[in-house]
Amino acid sequence: MDDRQSSPGITQEPEGRPGFQQWLPYQSTQPCCEPVPHIQAEHLTIAYHGHPALEKVSFNVNRGCITALVGPSGCGKTSFLMCVNRLTDLIPACQVSGQLHIHDTNVLAPTTNVLHLRRTVGMIFQKPTVFPFTIRKNLELPLREHGTHDRTLLASAIEAALQQVGLWNEVKDRLDRPAQALSGGQQQRLCLARALVLSPDVLLLDEPCSALDPISSGIVEDLIVSFRGRYTVLIVTHNLPQARRIADHVVFFWSFNGVGRLVEYGSAQHIFESPREELTAAYISGLRG
Amino acid sequence: MISSSNTISFHSQTDRLLLWGLRLLSLMAGGILLLVVAFLILESWPAFQDIGPARFFTDQDWYPTERLYLLTPMLWGTLWATLGSIVLAAPLGILSAIFCHYYAPPLLATWYRRLIELLAGIPSVVYGFWGLVVLVPVIGQLHPPGPSLLAGILVLFLMILPTIMLVAHASFAKVPLSYIHSAMALGLGRWAMIRNVLLPTARAGLFTGILLGIARALGETMAILMVCGNVVQTPSNLFDPIRTLTANIALEMAYALGDHRSALFVSGLLLMGMVVVFVVMAEGLQYRKLDDTAR
Amino acid sequence: MTPQDSNLQERCGTLIAWGAAGSVTMAFLWLLGDLLWHGLSHISWTFLVSAPRNAGREGGIGPILVSTGLIVGICMAVAFPIGLGTAIFLAEYTRDDRPMGRLLRGSLDVLAGVPSIVFGLFGNALFCQALGLGFSIASGGLTLACMVLPILIRTTEEGFRAIPLDQRLSAAALGLSRQTTVWAILLPAAIPGLLVGSILGLGRAFAETAALIFTSGYVDRMPESLMDSGRALSVHIYDLAMNVAGGNPNAYATAVVLVGLLVLINLLASWIAERWTTANHLPA
Repeated sequence: MDDRQSSPGITQEPEGRPGFQQWLPYQSTQPCCEPVPHIQAEHLTIAYHGHPALEKVSFNVNRGCITALVGPSGCGKTSFLMCVNRLTDLIPACQVSGQLHIHDTNVLAPTTNVLHLRRTVGMIFQKPTVFPFTIRKNLELPLREHGTHDRTLLASAIEAALQQVGLWNEVKDRLDRPAQALSGGQQQRLCLARALVLSPDVLLLDEPCSALDPISSGIVEDLIVSFRGRYTVLIVTHNLPQARRIADHVVFFWSFNGVGRLVEYGSAQHIFESPREELTAAYISGLRG
Repeated sequence: MISSSNTISFHSQTDRLLLWGLRLLSLMAGGILLLVVAFLILESWPAFQDIGPARFFTDQDWYPTERLYLLTPMLWGTLWATLGSIVLAAPLGILSAIFCHYYAPPLLATWYRRLIELLAGIPSVVYGFWGLVVLVPVIGQLHPPGPSLLAGILVLFLMILPTIMLVAHASFAKVPLSYIHSAMALGLGRWAMIRNVLLPTARAGLFTGILLGIARALGETMAILMVCGNVVQTPSNLFDPIRTLTANIALEMAYALGDHRSALFVSGLLLMGMVVVFVVMAEGLQYRKLDDTAR
Repeated sequence: MTPQDSNLQERCGTLIAWGAAGSVTMAFLWLLGDLLWHGLSHISWTFLVSAPRNAGREGGIGPILVSTGLIVGICMAVAFPIGLGTAIFLAEYTRDDRPMGRLLRGSLDVLAGVPSIVFGLFGNALFCQALGLGFSIASGGLTLACMVLPILIRTTEEGFRAIPLDQRLSAAALGLSRQTTVWAILLPAAIPGLLVGSILGLGRAFAETAALIFTSGYVDRMPESLMDSGRALSVHIYDLAMNVAGGNPNAYATAVVLVGLLVLINLLASWIAERWTTANHLPA
């Protein structure tokens, strides 16, 4: 495996336009988002019980872009996501080292206000995780927690968020019914609305469509595409055609003897049409992984 | 619209307050065991000083008014009653669980389990009462006098059977279905599957149930007190009346004073020691079981 | 082993399993049937409200029901907050591999195994004598509180642990604080566990006799305060059966009341738990 020479090459390049051009060779044909780094990871290592799951990963995520993390199971994609909003704090025996910045916030610094960080970084999980309350209370709880108590403000924020995920017309008459009575796809969109109601900058999506039926999955996928330019989206997916459809950039991880490493990073077109690495080519053509 | 970090630091402050409150409550809960042990030792201390531990086993008899403090007959009573009940309850409890899982039609299984759960909740004093008015006269006709070790064994057996059955039932439910399917696929009959696959796999759970049953039998007071006759003697056969350590405490605590009271606390300490050994063994088994499945 | 052998073995196995279950059922039906047969006819409204007369041979169990209610009430009022707090602490704030949680859990496991008569000794020494509460409803209730704590804590803790990690993660991902997560999200989801724990504790408290004989005492008058001695239902059964000649009919009736009460409590619990789950988890 000769991944070490070329794979983490992103931050070895100087910051800014020229380097960016180099990892996104087809950028000019498909302008998607402003190439301003929003999330910057440097030599990020995540270990469980002292055993690294993801090692020395460095790359930048651009503001307003949709960046897909792909790779086989167990290569540390989800761990990476959970590191961005410090959910790794909740996992016993998980240590994170290296650097991670969101804009100018040092995510991993012990002094960082975690609750504030998580307010600005929304996250959606594989299985819809609505709380066992009414639809309204699901959306109100995070707002109230972050200091909004005014009823009209709450109502308008809830409506806006539900409109944004296209759920408003479906549920406006039953906001006070249990959220768990919704279908799987509706629940997932409710979870999205619940994240959006806090007006975050970054959205972390951990296989948001994999537990849904094809139609719901399509709806959620279209929603994610509509977020382009408004939110910085990091999405983990096993569904390569989906990554190809929606992602601006693709980060390809691979697990080397149980340790996840970054193999290649580039625009979706680059990764899917002319990958530099053999491993990437094999993976996207379905030969490996 | 959304708050500043003010509210957030406020939150973490109440977070800390909550944590300290919870710690305090947990300390109270955890402290009870210490208190129990401390008071038992404190109250039995005079007996250890005035009487000495050896005399509990070497005196001629239990005659507190004559300052004779022999505990062995009561100890034997407790041990025989426990042994007898467990010999009956262990096989029948486990068979009941097997019946529920693998023989009974679903509806019957549900009702059978409900019945057992109901019985697990029936107070020991009711078992004792039933034993006193129904079982003891029957035994009395068979072989007078009636209140006897046998009556105690039978009542205890009924009381600990639900414990053993429910723990066994739970551990059978944890046996992976794939084991059972593969055994069936090999053409094993139901009984052969139970003997060769189910029982070995669920072994740790079954022992846990038995140990908990023993602990319950050792500590049982009311039922034993009501059916065993309460004569201080080492039983020579099943029809002899006996007195157990627990019954002794319940009978004499009301009027005991001084060294006598202290001696009763000694028997409480002894009882607690025995029970704790079995409970800890049962817990240990459970942890080992967890480790095994984790591997 | 020839096919005939294994066939014979299978038949024997089936026979043994059905036989064991049948005999166990028979024994228990005998017990329950006997209770109902002798007890049911004595129960009437007057029996439930009137005071016992002639050492309990005649009259009813009114004051005894009141004492039992007070003892169990004190027990739950003390045990519930401590139990809930400890369960939350164990489930949400400690890890199994930390000595603190291990120690606490271990001590509760041992406490759960302590025989009730030993609790009686302890309650007598601590509450009746050291704290000077004497033979009283308060002493009995406090003793029972110590006794039901382990079962209350364990069941409640299981209720919390049954909540999927997802819920905690997504609460954290929304930037909710720990206490909001506990109160607003986990506690409502854990209510069935909490309920079942309380009911099991309640059942154990109602059923207890040995721990009460020398903490709350024998007095069968209507209690005037919590510092009065009061006789619990189970103690009443014991006293009538053992110390009062001719007390059996009323003992039967009291036993039926007690068992009926326990059955009722359990039914109520499973009904509420079931309603709770249907209201929250099934499509409306």
